[in-house]
This record gives sequence, structure tokens and C-alpha cells, in this order.
Amino acid sequence: MTNDQGHLMIKTALHAGRLMIENGSEIARVSDTISRIASNAGYPDSKVYVTITGIMMSVSGEENAQIEPVTSRSIDLEKITMVNDLSRDFADHKITLAQFEEQLTVLDHHSHYFPLWIQLLSAGIVSGALEVVFRHNYPDFLVTCVIGLIGWGIFYVINRVAKIRFLSEFLASAAIGTLAILAVRYHLGTNADDIIIGCVMPLVPGVPLTNAVRDILSGDLVSGIARGMEALMSAIAIGSGIAMILQAV
Amino acid sequence: MLKLITDLILTYIGTVTFGVLMNVPRRSLNLGGWIGTISFLAYRLCIAANLGIAVANLLGTLIIGILSMQAARYKRMPVINFNIPALVPFVPGGQAYQMIKNFALGNVGEAISFLLQVAIIAGSIAFGFLLAEMVNRMQTKLMVQFSSRWSHENRNNPKL
Repeated sequence: MTNDQGHLMIKTALHAGRLMIENGSEIARVSDTISRIASNAGYPDSKVYVTITGIMMSVSGEENAQIEPVTSRSIDLEKITMVNDLSRDFADHKITLAQFEEQLTVLDHHSHYFPLWIQLLSAGIVSGALEVVFRHNYPDFLVTCVIGLIGWGIFYVINRVAKIRFLSEFLASAAIGTLAILAVRYHLGTNADDIIIGCVMPLVPGVPLTNAVRDILSGDLVSGIARGMEALMSAIAIGSGIAMILQAV
Repeated sequence: MLKLITDLILTYIGTVTFGVLMNVPRRSLNLGGWIGTISFLAYRLCIAANLGIAVANLLGTLIIGILSMQAARYKRMPVINFNIPALVPFVPGGQAYQMIKNFALGNVGEAISFLLQVAIIAGSIAFGFLLAEMVNRMQTKLMVQFSSRWSHENRNNPKL
């Protein structure tokens, strides 16, 4: 890259794109954001190729294209929203390109997740509420809340300790199955099926599933299929965890 | 009736708390919850009117898609903040569980019938989103013709 402004623009745009993909954005939004950043920085004829595992970008008339690999993946919709807000601010000339890049770096290192206890509480309430909505089994509401909370706790801890994809879903659902069957055996609950259906809901891969459909609809076939496989693998991990326990009893 | 109201309240709670797990920004949690509740009400009304599970899911997700887009434009936030939490009550959790259970216990025939149900629901959810996308694009096209602000904002939108 011959000039500094162009270099900084590509660096910022790729950084923003990587942050969005890492946190679960759909591909069309990423390529749209990157081309908006480029045209707002004065490069309307940039070319960008976005997939779920990497981004390539070049500016017409300049020589080298730049590549940004995307290696880790998690779900944090707030970060996507913040990159979106920053991009809007940049379009309105409220921040300069250098400030944009600086704020992206800050955003990259600080996650604004809800505190763990709120997450655990939410997981419990999701489980209980959806158990009642799906199955109309009111007596098992509380026990579903407790088991769902424990299940999310296991999911969270394994995600933190051993960073192996799909292992956390498998172990958490196996624990949910075991606890549900034990709860019914010791007369804390009435129907193990209903309890398991409720408790598994927080683990459902909602973001990859929705994004897979949206990617395929918008023509990003490569990323859509990859994302669909990701969702399918999570579903298989949850299913085999449950199936293993059901067969053992 | 009481059952329906309890269900709607619990749907709202479930949608908002699922949003918390996905770390949806705080200012869009409430709206996402309402979208989930309204679309779930439409779903339940369809079921009550004996329209079948496919039409009910299609209409529910169509409403999610349209309302999420309006909410995203109103709040100027990415649309996934609204439609992912709102989709949670439509996940065919019960059928998927019955499928897994019957496969694990060796009742392959029953398992396949549940698998087909899951496929029907997933298909109607996907086509509900497709229809919503079409409605949203038509809205943009119309608004671009009639409003100068919209045509300014969409002046280099490749989809039009």
C-alpha cells in the first residue's frame, strides 16, 4: 500500500469485519459495513470478499490485497451493534478513521457480557418459561428452572476451561438428562421429558441457525452451508448427550 | 383463555431472558420481547383456527421478520438483535426431543415421523423469513420513490 490513509482504511475495515464475524453477524451485513467504511473514507471502488473464516479486501488501483483470518467464534450481539454504531458515527463524520480504529481495539479487548449470575438466572427462567409454554406442565416449573441453571453453568464453565467446540453442549445436555431423570426418580418432578425439553432450550444454537438461513437467502452460499454445519453439529452434540443418558437408564 | 395469557407472559419472559444469554444490547431487549409475544399470539391463533402447524409457523415468522425490520430501522440497530430472541418460542424443541428419544430407544418409525414434523416446521420458518424479506424489500422500494430521506440513505444499495 503506497499511502497511509489507504492502509489505515483497510486495517480499520478488516478489523471491524473480523469483530462482526467473530461475534456472530451475518455475512451480508459485514460486507455492507466494510464497503460503507471504504466509501466513506474516500475509496468507493474497493473490492471485498467475506467468508465466515476470513476476509479479503483490496482497493482498485493499488497493488496488494489484504487478508484477515477469522479464527475464533462466539456470540455477542452487543459487539455487532457497537461496531454498527461506530460505523454510523464514522459515516456522519463524528469520529475520524484513527479514532474509529482505536475504539475498535478497545471494543476487541473489553466484552460487556451480563454478569454470570444474571446469565445463570436468565438460563433458569428461559428453561422454566419455555417448558410451560411448550408442554403446559406447571408443577415442574421450578425444578426445570434449577436444572436449566445448572446446565448453563456447566456449559459456561466448560467453554471457559476447555476451549473445545461442541464438548460443552454435549456434557451440559448429558448432565441435564441425568439430573432430570434423577429428579423424577426422587419425586422432585413429574415428567422427565418435559424437564429436559425446557432445560435444553438455552443451549439451542439460535444464532448460527438463523444466520445460516439468512446467508443462504442472500447468496453467501459458502458461509451459509458452513454455518448450517455448525448449527447441525451443536444440535447433534445436544442430541447425542441426551440420547446417551436415555439409553443408559 | 387464562392459559393463553399465562403462555404469552411466559413467552415474553422467555424471549427477553434468551436475549440476555445472547448478550443482546439492553436497549433492544424489551422490543425484542414484544415482537416475540405478538408473533407467538399469531401462531396460537392460527393453531386455534385449525390452520395447521406449517401455516402457523409461516405466519409467525413472517410477522417476526416484518416487525424486526421495523424495529431495526426505528432503533437503528442490526436486525438480528430482534429476530433471534423472538424466534425462540418457535423452535421445535418438543418434536426434536421426541425424535432423539425414539431413535435412542429404537422406535425408528416414530422417530422418522417426528423428524418429518421437525423438517416441516423448519421449512415453514425459513419460508416465513423469505416472505418477510420480500415484504421488507418492497417497502424499501416504495419508500425510496416517495421519500427523499429514504432515497438518500439507499442511494447505493445494491439490492435495489
